[in-house]
Amino acid sequence: MTDATGALRCRGVTKIWGEGTTKELLAVDNVDLDVRPGEFVVMLGPSGCGKSTLLSMVAGLEQPTAGLIEADGEPVTGPGPDRCMIFQQSSLYPWLSVADNVGFGLRLRGVPKAERREVAQKLLRTMGLGDVLDKHPDELSGGMRQRAAIARALAMRPRVLLMDEPFAALDVQTRAKLQDYIAQVREESGASVLFVTHSIDEAVALADRIVVFTARPGRFKAIVDVELDRPRDPRSAAYHELHDQLVDLLADEVDRAFAEQERAAR
Amino acid sequence: MSKTAEIAVGRARPQTAAARRKRSWARKTGVAAGWWVASVALFAGLWELAWAAGWAPQLLLPPPHIFLQNFSRQAKFFDTSTIGQAQAAPVVAVLTTIVATLLRVLAGLALGFVASLVTGTLITQFRVVRGLVLPTLTLLAPISPIAWLPVSIFLFGIGNGPAVFMVFVGVYFVMTLATISQINGVSATYLNLARTMGASKRQMLFQVIVPSILPGLLQTLRLNLFAAWMVVLLAEAVGVGSGLGQVVMLARNTFNASLVFFTMTLIGVTGYLLDTAFRQLQRRLLWWQPASNGGSR
Repeated sequence: MTDATGALRCRGVTKIWGEGTTKELLAVDNVDLDVRPGEFVVMLGPSGCGKSTLLSMVAGLEQPTAGLIEADGEPVTGPGPDRCMIFQQSSLYPWLSVADNVGFGLRLRGVPKAERREVAQKLLRTMGLGDVLDKHPDELSGGMRQRAAIARALAMRPRVLLMDEPFAALDVQTRAKLQDYIAQVREESGASVLFVTHSIDEAVALADRIVVFTARPGRFKAIVDVELDRPRDPRSAAYHELHDQLVDLLADEVDRAFAEQERAAR
Repeated sequence: MSKTAEIAVGRARPQTAAARRKRSWARKTGVAAGWWVASVALFAGLWELAWAAGWAPQLLLPPPHIFLQNFSRQAKFFDTSTIGQAQAAPVVAVLTTIVATLLRVLAGLALGFVASLVTGTLITQFRVVRGLVLPTLTLLAPISPIAWLPVSIFLFGIGNGPAVFMVFVGVYFVMTLATISQINGVSATYLNLARTMGASKRQMLFQVIVPSILPGLLQTLRLNLFAAWMVVLLAEAVGVGSGLGQVVMLARNTFNASLVFFTMTLIGVTGYLLDTAFRQLQRRLLWWQPASNGGSR
């Protein structure tokens, strides 16, 4: 391990879409956030609250309108392989085999084929996918594809994993299974995770810390430390207490977001 | 004892499955071939009937049994060697003519494909190129290749040049516009993903954009294949002096109806084979695409 440990620092980060036009939209309003090395931070909020926008800015895919984002003390100016992103839709390239997909980032770096395959095999095996190396992405189930996407991110040995509702398109059982995987991956790789979701259950199951967003414009309503033991027991009283606390925190925001969407549609 | 029986069954099963697959494939192919024969026979039969019954003009609509009958006499018209020189064998003369036409089409298609890919890519990557080139291109695109015929002769005179140019014009504009819309339609997730993994512009282009747009482009190219096959005949009829198009024109000028239909048959069959070959190429190249999209899955 190097000195770089996957710490993130956001100061006064603001994003205005379409600045200077009549459709100006304040998506993220002046937020501060620190992610400690190896920490699992979940951003929770109603849809359209700007949590994904903040994630894209940390990834370097979008530039903040104002404010500063640092990864390991270095200002973020663009995407970098130290911060790997996992998207909601399965984003495996259909023209590559599963092994080639997992090794894609390594290929961009010029790693030779045999070595890429070896890395892919090892990672896929830890994700329970040791036997699909030469399969086609279309031959996999949604859950398998998302695991392969995680393996692809891990192949880059990122210090930060950025996950944008990665399990939202999966059924409940698969989702629970993948949450176990991601908790285990975090444990083994030591990477920090910044995870976006609108599912309270997912947040409670995974997070060290939960950032609750307000409806648009995105601000932090509360930051909740999660002090439950791992693995999390969804039947424990403490789990339920936290869950209910989050439901209360979110209720108003969900209503506001819903009302705004209805208004915008008319 | 029951164990050996099981093993024997287990071993026998894959063979029978393979044999069954093979049989069903043979049957499918047989049925398809049957329909082909029936369809062509029906068409030819009606024609023959109409001719024999005297409903069709006897001289102007000679039925298949007449225009296909004397191959070597028909083939004589395909021979471009001048009088006094050694005459080529009939089959050789016909094949040479077909190949000459085919090569013109393929050259035009290949040039058009590559040029449109390059133009389309430059237009999407550089704003200046887009601003300077796209408006003119959109104005030139709706002009029929036939209107380009005089231009192609002014530019290239007589020979292969004008025919290749006509095919090129026939695919270039359409394919350039298709390339632009395909590139604009590449999934943002595919691009963002490559960006987060540190892809350079060049890597983005060759490892993400090109494979993403290839299925759509080949589909467009295949749709334009027939158009190219038609345009080349026109160019040959006017400005080349050899090829299938020239033979059709010769047949028209000499009022040789038999030769017209003989050449039309060759044009139809060759065009069909060209399309079939292209489909095979697509299947090989696009192995990850479903069959409905030109792939082999």
